Amino acid sequence: MKDKLHELGARAREEMAEAGSPEELDEIRIRFLGKKGELTRILRGMGGLSAEERPRVGKMANEIRAAIEKELTAKSAILKKLIKEQMLHNEKIDVTLPGTVVWRGGRHPLNIVLEEIENIFLGLGYTIAEGPEIETDYYNFEALNLPKDHPARDMQDTFFISNEILLRTQTSPVQVRTMEKTAPKLPVKIIAPGKVYRRDDDATHSPMFNQVEGLAVDQRITFSDLKGTLAYFAREMFGKKTKTRFRPSYFPFTEPSAEVDVSCVICGGTGCRVCSHTGWLEILGAGMVHPRVLEVSGYNSEDVTGFAFGMGIERITMLKYGIDDMRLLFENDLRFLQQF
Amino acid sequence: MLVSYKWLQEFVEIDISPRELADRLTLAGVTVEGVKEVGAGVSKVLTGKIEAINRHPNADKLVITTVDVGTEKLQIITAATNVNVGDIIPVAVEGAKLASGLVIKRAKLRGVESRGMMCSGQELGIDPKTMSTEQAEGIMILPPTTPIGKDAKEILGLDDYILELDLTPNRGDCLSIIGVAREIAALLGRPFSPPQPTLRELEERIDEQVNVDIADPDLCHRFVGRLIKNVQVASSPLWMQQRLRAAGMRPINNIVDVTNYVMLELGQPMHAFDYNLLQDGHIIVRRVRAGEKIVTLDGVERALTPGMLAITDPSGPIAIAGVMGGQATEVTEKTNSILLESAFFNPISVRRTSKALGLRSEASLRFEKGIDIGGCARAADRAAQLIVEMGCGEAVAGRVDKLPEKIKERVIQFRPSRASYVLGVDIAGEIARDILTSLQFKVRDGGEDLLVTVPTHRSDVSLEVDLIEEVARMYGYDKAPVTLPSGGVSGGTKTREQIYTAHAGNELAAGGFFEVMTYSFVHPRVFDLMNLPIDSPYRNTLKLQNPLSEEHGVMRTMLLPCLMEVLVRNHNRRVQNGAIFEVGRVFVNRGLDTQPEEKTTLAAAAMGCTPGSWNVSPTAYDYYHLKGVLENLFTVLHTVPVKFRPESANPSFHPGRTAVLEAGGRRLGILGELHPDVLENYDLPVKVTAFELDFDRLLALSGRPADFIPLPKYPAIERDLAILVKKDILADHILATIKKAGGKLLNAVSLFDIYRGEQVPEGMQSMAFSLLFQASDRTLTDAEAVEKTSAVAEALAKKFGAELRS
Ligand SMILES: [Zn+2]
Repeated sequence: MKDKLHELGARAREEMAEAGSPEELDEIRIRFLGKKGELTRILRGMGGLSAEERPRVGKMANEIRAAIEKELTAKSAILKKLIKEQMLHNEKIDVTLPGTVVWRGGRHPLNIVLEEIENIFLGLGYTIAEGPEIETDYYNFEALNLPKDHPARDMQDTFFISNEILLRTQTSPVQVRTMEKTAPKLPVKIIAPGKVYRRDDDATHSPMFNQVEGLAVDQRITFSDLKGTLAYFAREMFGKKTKTRFRPSYFPFTEPSAEVDVSCVICGGTGCRVCSHTGWLEILGAGMVHPRVLEVSGYNSEDVTGFAFGMGIERITMLKYGIDDMRLLFENDLRFLQQF
Repeated sequence: MLVSYKWLQEFVEIDISPRELADRLTLAGVTVEGVKEVGAGVSKVLTGKIEAINRHPNADKLVITTVDVGTEKLQIITAATNVNVGDIIPVAVEGAKLASGLVIKRAKLRGVESRGMMCSGQELGIDPKTMSTEQAEGIMILPPTTPIGKDAKEILGLDDYILELDLTPNRGDCLSIIGVAREIAALLGRPFSPPQPTLRELEERIDEQVNVDIADPDLCHRFVGRLIKNVQVASSPLWMQQRLRAAGMRPINNIVDVTNYVMLELGQPMHAFDYNLLQDGHIIVRRVRAGEKIVTLDGVERALTPGMLAITDPSGPIAIAGVMGGQATEVTEKTNSILLESAFFNPISVRRTSKALGLRSEASLRFEKGIDIGGCARAADRAAQLIVEMGCGEAVAGRVDKLPEKIKERVIQFRPSRASYVLGVDIAGEIARDILTSLQFKVRDGGEDLLVTVPTHRSDVSLEVDLIEEVARMYGYDKAPVTLPSGGVSGGTKTREQIYTAHAGNELAAGGFFEVMTYSFVHPRVFDLMNLPIDSPYRNTLKLQNPLSEEHGVMRTMLLPCLMEVLVRNHNRRVQNGAIFEVGRVFVNRGLDTQPEEKTTLAAAAMGCTPGSWNVSPTAYDYYHLKGVLENLFTVLHTVPVKFRPESANPSFHPGRTAVLEAGGRRLGILGELHPDVLENYDLPVKVTAFELDFDRLLALSGRPADFIPLPKYPAIERDLAILVKKDILADHILATIKKAGGKLLNAVSLFDIYRGEQVPEGMQSMAFSLLFQASDRTLTDAEAVEKTSAVAEALAKKFGAELRS
């Protein structure tokens, strides 16, 4: 009987070693250890054993059962691991294939840049004001200290609807409209983005383009504050190292007036083709609000000062992305739009 | 304005280079766009005299010349035909360099040695526009008095630099050499010495011979005349010609050149009349009368309109004041006596007249910006002096000087404290005084303030703040500190509309649409292309008086045509699939003399299909795709429920595939496939689906998020229901019936399948819905769900004759 048990143990180990799947292991367990299995069958012969022999054989049978079970568990773990490894191997994919196209569109580059500009000024406490694109002569020119027959009207070739109604040539009319609504309350701090129109059409001019106007009016607003505000803007917009330069200029609705240059975003100021080898790029017009403009808008120009500035979003967008022809911005070629 | 560096040096000593000077001027507000060296690259060109011209033995078109260049005589072969023995010409000798970069070497031309080259003006770097055609094309012939063997660059004044000024319209005073010199003197702290003309005069006096009346003193504020006799019209000396050329003007003859020279030097436009052709020597400056005409110097007969200012004699207009002279009294080679005019005309009048006639001249440009009324007499004297010194005329004693109203002195109170307040930097009174004095303002003390008299050449300065700017720009903008406005800085915020506008754009972008930006003006033809009837309100556009072209002739009343144009342009460039959108304004005409209503509109259009890939097949941009995009948009914007009603009467859209959108009882816009006729009109061979919404209205109906619904506590039961109905019954109606019949327990319905095919009778379709039943207070029983589903089926049968499918 002992021999039979030993033989059974040896055979089970052999078969387990050859088993290739959990199913085969199951089958082995049932065949050897099941209720009708071989071990049970051998043990049925226990009745013929002596009383001394019986416990010894019983113990031996239990040991063999335990050994087989232990082996079964171990073998099963190895097999499962092998199978999982096989599965993982089979499931391998080419991770360099393109991702599933989750088709998306995009914002127009001009609006992307506009939003950046807006966020900078929102952070400085400005709100966003809007005004009509078709304006009266009064708001577009006269209230801005540009009476009829003023030579400075030549600076902006205007589209007219009638003698008094025109397409605004600048966002500056929003200054006056906002101040009229606000006066005499203080402060006024707005930016006014929007479309403007001038009779020009070439690689650097478009008959329609976008401007952002800025206006701050309060007691004790100074030219130095204008410099600080625009220097801050330039650093936020073009990078911390950006320098600004103020050159005296002329706008009818500001006095003193300035053109504002930033150090070239391409070459950093050493000179390149984009900055015509000057190291500077002109991006803004600015100045202290002209007393006459404050007065027509309802403020006492002795008590209140302000600054205003205006910039072309196209110019900034072109510099930011290195676009060399303004017309691309309005052609809306999808291959262009997909790049932003 | 082109300014010669050498000319400037006559009035102020400049000890910095032309380029440094350009930077200094630019930072003081006189922008220098560029600096050009006139004879750049030209060297070793001498003046030479042609001593002999002989035939070339081997070439008909060449001649052999002998040219004396002072130190030696050179044999030079030339093809030039405009040279003669005795002519003095510029000669590029061996080793010379020309403006084009050409280097002159000893060479053999058809077997004969040539040791140099005779030069044209262009080869020396002179702008051909400032030369006559003969001069530009042939060898430059120099005056017979020119010394031989000298550096031609120096003789011709080509060793000079030109500053190209880009002046702002307020600085009319810098449209002259002395104006710029005055700025430089102030900037460099150097003395400024403007010309003080003195001249030898004849015994005879002008007042016996010339009589000037200003009939309209509101338009002519001053008229100065000078009479020159024994005039000999010829070409002007080289130095004067080169000065004019440096300023971009073409020399004509000595008299005309003098008037232009004085204009450039002093900023005073001048005119010369042939005195003998003036009737009675009598000038009347007056407004034009009805019917008057004049033939101007350019040979054009011009009808004048009453109100324009003319210089007349008793016979009628002889010049358009400040704009252009008349041919009848023009200076010609026969002219013997001239009357020089140096006047001040009303800037607005000159501007209006020159605009009305389409005549803009160097003179009108200066008059309309306001010239120096105090400088008219000096300019007249300067012109007379030049003519006398050049020996081409003799000045009659004295001048006529009509000044109907005394020149007003403008005195402005300047408060250094106010300057400091505006600029944010302390400006001491002494600094302001020095700066203003250097700019030729007269400064007196007035207590703590300064009393500043504005010189007559600065008509742009009229307020204290103008003086503050003068001080600031000379002091240096860079010296002002860099600060931020004091007072509390609180963050700014966007309005709800601004926030939702950004959301809408971002949502459409995320949904696969590219934002475009198109012009607000369109061709009036687009309404035909869109198939709109003649009486369509969209055709009631605002027209531009002066469009760039008809293509941009009217303001748009809808966005779709702009998007169509973008699709067509892309399709023509072989980009045949794509989806675009735009948020922009349209303009509703309310009559010519009032501003239109500006409505913000959102439109989108898509053609072709979404791009496919190796694991995704493309899907067509159709009605349902765009409807899905819109539904997402409404979700993001928290819009009130939007209804899509079938629309079959819009001529731009497919009658069976179009819906009008309504929300809050108002029309929101339209969504649909474009009508094939419209696609044909645009010559677009792909289907386009589009929508256009009233964006202002959409925002007004958006932005109120629905209340949160608590998550269900009890399980739901899902039941499917498939029915057979007529195809033309609207899904909206079926869904409404289901919801009504399902009652409160019906939590959600979704349509998950539609089938029209072989197993379904003609004209019918099978629709499969998934119904989700759920109670908020208990677990539903299957029996309840079955009962409700039957109720739904019954309602559908009753209302639409729907048959249940198993
Ligand atoms: Zn650069």
